[in-house]
Amino acid sequence: MNTTNSQTSSYSDYWKRPHFIKRAWLRWLLMVGFAIYLALALGTMDIDWERAWEGLPRGQRFIQAFFPPNFADNRGVVFDGIMESIWMAISATIFGIILSIPIGLGAARNLSPAWVYFLCRGIIASSRSFPEIIMAIFAVKLFGFGPFAGFVALSIGTIGFFAKLLAEDIEVMNASQAEAVKVTGSSWFQWINYAIQPQVMPRMIGLAMYRLDINFRESAVIGIVGGGGIGATLNTSFSRYEFDTTAAILIIIIVIVMVLEYISGYLRKWVQ
Amino acid sequence: MLRLEGLGKRYKTGDDALKSVDLEIPDGQVIALIGPSGAGKSTLIRCINRLVEPTRGKVYLGDLELTSLSSRELRKARRRMGMIFQEYALVERLTVMENVLSGRLGYVGFWQAFLRKFPKDDIREAYRLLDRVGMMHMADKRADELSGGQRQRVGICRALIQHPELLLVDEPTASLDPKTSRQIMRLINELCEERGLAAIINIHDVLLAQMFSQRIVGLKEGVIVYDGPPDGLTPDVLTEIYGEEDWEATIDEVVEDEDEDEAVT
Amino acid sequence: MPIIETKDGPLWKRRTLKQSLARLFWWTVGLIVAAIAWKLISDKTHWYFVQSAPKEASDIVSRMMPPDWSYMDKLWLPVWETINIATLGTLIAMLISIPVAFMAARNTTPHPLVRAFALFITVTSRSVNSLIWALILVFILGPGVLAGTIAIGLRSIGGFSKLLYEAIEEINPVQVEAIEATGASRLQQIVYAIVPQVLPTFVGVGVFRWDINVRGSTILGLVGAGGIGLQLSGSINTLAWTQVSMILLVILLTVIISEWISAKVRGAII
Repeated sequence: MNTTNSQTSSYSDYWKRPHFIKRAWLRWLLMVGFAIYLALALGTMDIDWERAWEGLPRGQRFIQAFFPPNFADNRGVVFDGIMESIWMAISATIFGIILSIPIGLGAARNLSPAWVYFLCRGIIASSRSFPEIIMAIFAVKLFGFGPFAGFVALSIGTIGFFAKLLAEDIEVMNASQAEAVKVTGSSWFQWINYAIQPQVMPRMIGLAMYRLDINFRESAVIGIVGGGGIGATLNTSFSRYEFDTTAAILIIIIVIVMVLEYISGYLRKWVQ
Repeated sequence: MLRLEGLGKRYKTGDDALKSVDLEIPDGQVIALIGPSGAGKSTLIRCINRLVEPTRGKVYLGDLELTSLSSRELRKARRRMGMIFQEYALVERLTVMENVLSGRLGYVGFWQAFLRKFPKDDIREAYRLLDRVGMMHMADKRADELSGGQRQRVGICRALIQHPELLLVDEPTASLDPKTSRQIMRLINELCEERGLAAIINIHDVLLAQMFSQRIVGLKEGVIVYDGPPDGLTPDVLTEIYGEEDWEATIDEVVEDEDEDEAVT
Repeated sequence: MPIIETKDGPLWKRRTLKQSLARLFWWTVGLIVAAIAWKLISDKTHWYFVQSAPKEASDIVSRMMPPDWSYMDKLWLPVWETINIATLGTLIAMLISIPVAFMAARNTTPHPLVRAFALFITVTSRSVNSLIWALILVFILGPGVLAGTIAIGLRSIGGFSKLLYEAIEEINPVQVEAIEATGASRLQQIVYAIVPQVLPTFVGVGVFRWDINVRGSTILGLVGAGGIGLQLSGSINTLAWTQVSMILLVILLTVIISEWISAKVRGAII
């Protein structure tokens, strides 16, 4: 025992994990800053607890409406709304992607001259500038109530999403493969077709499905501002206190999103 | 003392990775387990501490029968068996010290572990082990900054800080260059000797096996086909284990290599 | 695209007949679907309005100019609220999604039934837009930032859990095995071998999600759930176009700045 003691006493028995941020002042600054922010944020939150408390029975009623949800009443309206949402999402995805392809190619630094690059990047940036719902508000102002406004808003959103990712994908693709095709003296279109398309295609199909998914989910709220689709029906059922219909609509939305997700997972495996 | 009785493992795919293995390892003996890939070496080692559940047979560590333990008792028993892995299996985003101390997880409670508040003795022991393997200066480096040989040294410390009676070593040199391989094998051997540890070293390199162990067990298709001293590995025996090949060259090389190695050190 | 496809033909046989037919089939299906979608939408459109849209647009834009700079005084608080909704909502979602993700990952779930439940939470949260969550919560809790914050939180749980449980399923299992071999308990294994492997993903997704949530919380006010959207819908309803343009400018700046911060922080982490 004695010998072990004398052997081990030379080693420290203190160890502390090194901090992630090594500079102490920076660490404290960040921590204190975050704490102050949290305190301020929570402190300035104007919450009417009494109103929230009173609302709990309403919440209970709302949840009860799910058991059972009412698929029967308003069946026609709900079906129409859902179909409108689906078609809106599909057409906005297709149209948006068709527009995205030239814009995406133009926004890839390794393909395009500077002026095209900046033009296309500008289009992408402005179509990403506002949430789809704000786009939809203005589309409704311009085109009147109905799915066309939603279609326009979702198409713009699709361009911002798809063209950006397409451009980024082209920028990081394998340059040597692209070069190899270029030196054969092919035309620009042939070059795109043989060198670029095979490299980016699988991912793009996956992204298209993903965007379809997003567009469908967005189409469910665009109706709230008058842009057509299931959102209008949802909003109406809600303001009429027909919660069992609301529940039915929510369940349908969830099921459709699940199906879309399943299909896109399957499709992605299939194209790769 | 470790004793395996009729140990077997059949995977769900229907493959018999191990077919009834009987083996006895006395205290303090270092054995090398050799055999071609797919012979069941890895499965055998993992069946001992039940990282893989054996489907047949029994494992005794001293008087304790491991195969029938509840998961709680098993955790306790696992503290007595240190394990060293092929790809080091360090947690790459933790520091060297945390990796070493993780060997004490079987002894400390959840919150102690979570807050990294290990007992003073454990920390002292961790430093001592790191010093022993020449990694003292690296204690606060992150594991993914280390080279392969350094990582394996940390892996050894993690196994030893458990204060095990037995080391289960799974291909310790498979990812290392020849020189580092020897250093690591020598280190494991020295440490086993210092601490009177028994060890099963699963290794595919026959030369290293012969150089560093007192006893060699050859495994083929889940069955022990050789169990004896290193110099008993004649070309016939190797053919039995690995299949037909010109083994004379390999065995000759052993002698030369050993001389050369001696000269270097 | 189909025009380019036909160019392959003469050059060399890239596909077998069967593959070509399959491609032709899918292109046809796609075109038919597109045509039907277009027909259905155009049936419900008043083309008269669409034709007048350019005139309408220039009209609105001219009314928006110049933005009402003085209105900014009334926008500071809503912007502050908007950011708080996003930040607090993100934090709530991060906290809740940790257990959900561990329950949903195949290699850490205690039971397949628990996994099914966690996946159900994930998909429900993701499918329902934050604006719908806000609609429901405003009804229950009354209008204000509380409803907005919880709405953002509820919507983000799914996004977080999905990315986190995918990360958990993709960890290196050998590191877990090594910790298990020391006699560590299940929880200790999670803390020592799994958490360090997924922590960077978790923080990265958190910052990324925060950026999305700032965007999302700018519109929650449309249904009364706090933030700058309330001013936006108010100004649109009263046709105060110069205020609208000011608000849009502020939203744009907020979104750009949050995107910039998020990119910077992610860059610093990775």
